[in-house]
Amino acid sequence: MLTLKCPYCGVHADETELHPGSEAHLKRYGPGSSDDEFEGYLFMRENPKGVHFERWRHVYGCGKWFLAARDTNTLEVFGTYSAQTTEPPQEIKEAITAKRPGWSWREFQ
Amino acid sequence: MSEAVSVMNGAERGTSIRVRDAGLQGMITLRGDLSAAKLKSAVKAATGHAVPKAREIAFADGKGVAWMSPDELLLLVPYGEADAAVASLEAALAGTHSLAVNVSDARAFFAVEGASARDVIAKIAPVDMHPDSFGPGELRRTRMAQAAAAFWMSDAETIHVICFRSVGQYMFDLLATSAETGAVEAF
Repeated sequence: MLTLKCPYCGVHADETELHPGSEAHLKRYGPGSSDDEFEGYLFMRENPKGVHFERWRHVYGCGKWFLAARDTNTLEVFGTYSAQTTEPPQEIKEAITAKRPGWSWREFQ
Repeated sequence: MSEAVSVMNGAERGTSIRVRDAGLQGMITLRGDLSAAKLKSAVKAATGHAVPKAREIAFADGKGVAWMSPDELLLLVPYGEADAAVASLEAALAGTHSLAVNVSDARAFFAVEGASARDVIAKIAPVDMHPDSFGPGELRRTRMAQAAAAFWMSDAETIHVICFRSVGQYMFDLLATSAETGAVEAF
């Protein structure tokens, strides 16, 4: 069972109190983009065995969306952070590097 | 005007742990910038309490204010005063990005009373109910079995539960069933 700390209300929320929201840090390609870019934005998702970044919503609590970094293989959580960001904060990256040296995920490493 | 009745109409169940419909309670959802001076003074005027810190509640004599999320408060006032309180909040907050709604009739309000009140909640919600982790003055929004709920403790043996009125019967039966089977003696 996953337990994620909501960065907005500080509650250590059980997985059943949360709603998953797929992959984090998607860049939106809309009108004016190429077909390949739009297809990538719409359909192409990471499916790693290891470090992964996801969106979660604290649906039974404060109702806010936040982002989480975790390992899909071990369920280890590296940290959660505000959704108002386009890339993982430095301390999250450092926490992952400490546990999984040489990790990479999309353009982040 | 028809007579307002709370969802379980004052029903009570249990002896050593008592679960009861706590009756009509005026509730106002207030959304806005919680750090704004205008909002702070409006909340103080409506409830007599200051805006609480994250996850906290101030409640005394039927009036209170609870922190629901970074931009949402739940104001508790006597049932009959809710409409007037909304009107004065709207007047005080005119021109600011905010919203005040009287949700009294959309909510159910229960009380769980008894030495093992913590156990009743611990069995149905994914919350650490140990006295070191949760105590009076804190409010927790969570789920109870399959329904969304919020609860707080006014003292070590009294827990107040708020949920949507549409799941009021479910919540009352759930609390009563949990209370019936007694303490788990985990705390």
